[in-house]
Amino acid sequence: MNSTQQDRPLVLGIESSCDETGVGIVRGTQLLTNTVSSSMDEHVRFGGVIPEIASRAHLDAFVPTLREALAEAGVTLADIDAIAVTSGPGLAGALMVGVCAAKALAVATGKPLYAINHLVAHVGVGLLQTDDGGRHPFAGAPRENPQNPQANALPENLGALLVSGGHTEILRIRNITGDVELLGSTIDDAAGEAYDKVARLLGLGYPGGPAIDRLARTGNAKAIRFPRGLSQPKYMGTAEEPGPHRYDWSFSGLKTAVARCVEQFEARGETVPVADIAAAFQEAVVDIITSKAVLACRENGITELLLGGGVAANSRLRQLTEQRCSSAGIRLTVPPLALCTDNGAMVAALGAQLVMAGVAPSGIGFAPDSSMPVTTVSA
Amino acid sequence: MLILAIDTSAVASAALVSDDTPESLVGSFATEDTRSHAEVLAPGIEALLAEAGLSGADVDAVVTGVGPGPFTGLRSGIVTARTLSFVWGIPLYGLMSLDAIALEVAESTDAAPEFIVATDARRKEVYWARYALSSGQLPQLLDGPHVGFAADLPDLPVYGAGAGLYADVVKAVPEFRDRQPEALSLGQFALARLAAGERLLDSTPLYLRESDAQVPGPRKRAL
Ligand SMILES: [Zn+2]
Repeated sequence: MNSTQQDRPLVLGIESSCDETGVGIVRGTQLLTNTVSSSMDEHVRFGGVIPEIASRAHLDAFVPTLREALAEAGVTLADIDAIAVTSGPGLAGALMVGVCAAKALAVATGKPLYAINHLVAHVGVGLLQTDDGGRHPFAGAPRENPQNPQANALPENLGALLVSGGHTEILRIRNITGDVELLGSTIDDAAGEAYDKVARLLGLGYPGGPAIDRLARTGNAKAIRFPRGLSQPKYMGTAEEPGPHRYDWSFSGLKTAVARCVEQFEARGETVPVADIAAAFQEAVVDIITSKAVLACRENGITELLLGGGVAANSRLRQLTEQRCSSAGIRLTVPPLALCTDNGAMVAALGAQLVMAGVAPSGIGFAPDSSMPVTTVSA
Repeated sequence: MLILAIDTSAVASAALVSDDTPESLVGSFATEDTRSHAEVLAPGIEALLAEAGLSGADVDAVVTGVGPGPFTGLRSGIVTARTLSFVWGIPLYGLMSLDAIALEVAESTDAAPEFIVATDARRKEVYWARYALSSGQLPQLLDGPHVGFAADLPDLPVYGAGAGLYADVVKAVPEFRDRQPEALSLGQFALARLAAGERLLDSTPLYLRESDAQVPGPRKRAL
């Protein structure tokens, strides 16, 4: 790869960890295309993502999505400098499709391949320039690399809060190409999964997030109080002596509490106050997510927070995160929604960072890893 | 005509076959195990081409086994084949994976005129198909592929790893009791059928089973 290519490499990214087949193409930090084919509609009648259905859809969507992405970006495979693919974490069978496709692309084109961590890629979109060609959306003063102003211009003290149907995590990013730490995560359901399950309990359909968010606006969040998982002192401990789950979340107890609440109304023969339950549930989720995230930021010197994942679309989550971040002196960045949900552009964006940082490619012998840790940015 | 054949319906395998070569064989590989497709397939194909001193530009068509076989493994080969065919801009054909073993049966010494090929479908079932042989002809698929219990198979000699697993209830042919579908035979079968002017399948996977997903029933109301 010559030096111009290393300054602004043309990278194609492939994502297939859940129900979106994504192919994105970036040049350095410039987004050329973000093409996504979703199997979400096929999961509606099941009330949640069915891994086998998602995997079947990835197989059929991959080549058409690739073709569309190349056309939209106006580039050919011969122009590409490197390929990047999500190799984990995610659904094993779904990951397998993207990884095998990416390896075949690498064999057929002879281009280097990077096996990338999906969670870190969610942070990578924060490095893409805005549509008007301006700087990447991080508002804070970025750390400039004089040798290569494009590369890794992340703010110092950066954290990321990722909330989606597949994950709920708080990360600390010291260096996006090699030093990422998991501060906390859900120990059972992801937040988005809890939304889907509760939406089903309340008969609101799938996906649950938008349905509950909409209905919650008409309900009284204070009418019922639902538990905040892992908030008791035995789990929290203190800043000096942290408990076992100080920055972790749990949503399975909350789901059970909602089910019990609905049953009690029904047993008494009363109308179930669906809007109030939706509002109270949403408040419980958003309250515990934001309070623990902000706590983790304060105690780890994080002053810049990126909010990513599909649940970043939730109005109440955005509102409360903004509010709590600003009172804690944390600057919050929320990328455009199309880049928050799972997509190939984020994989390409992180791939470009790896190329620019001179990280060696992964080769084609790696295995997808459905529980890939964030400490592994690329395999 | 140079064909790259891929099959991952059981083990992971790939082969380069050509009608310009004795026995059609340019190169081939197959794994022993049925669980490492994602790791070994692409490096295996890359090595096949390198060892033969060939590149993608030399390949005229890609052939993929379309199953039946365990889903995740099966897809790894099909998506690889689809992607290679797309990038190289060459035709892609599908072949039923059990055909690979059927061709080997036809080439063996005392093949029965009518027989079953069976592979492991897990969950105590087999994937199977029924074939007929007449001398000098390619094996003819009479029935299948199906998925079901070995004990329910027609009363015919059974070839393949599915027979070996259930030798207590089927007429397993000993020399074939561990045999898995492999790309080499599949590629040879494809060459022969194309030469005979036959049409091949497209690359649609033969899953034979639904996704297992249950549509949740209405929630029970508390009374
Ligand atoms: Zn994600």
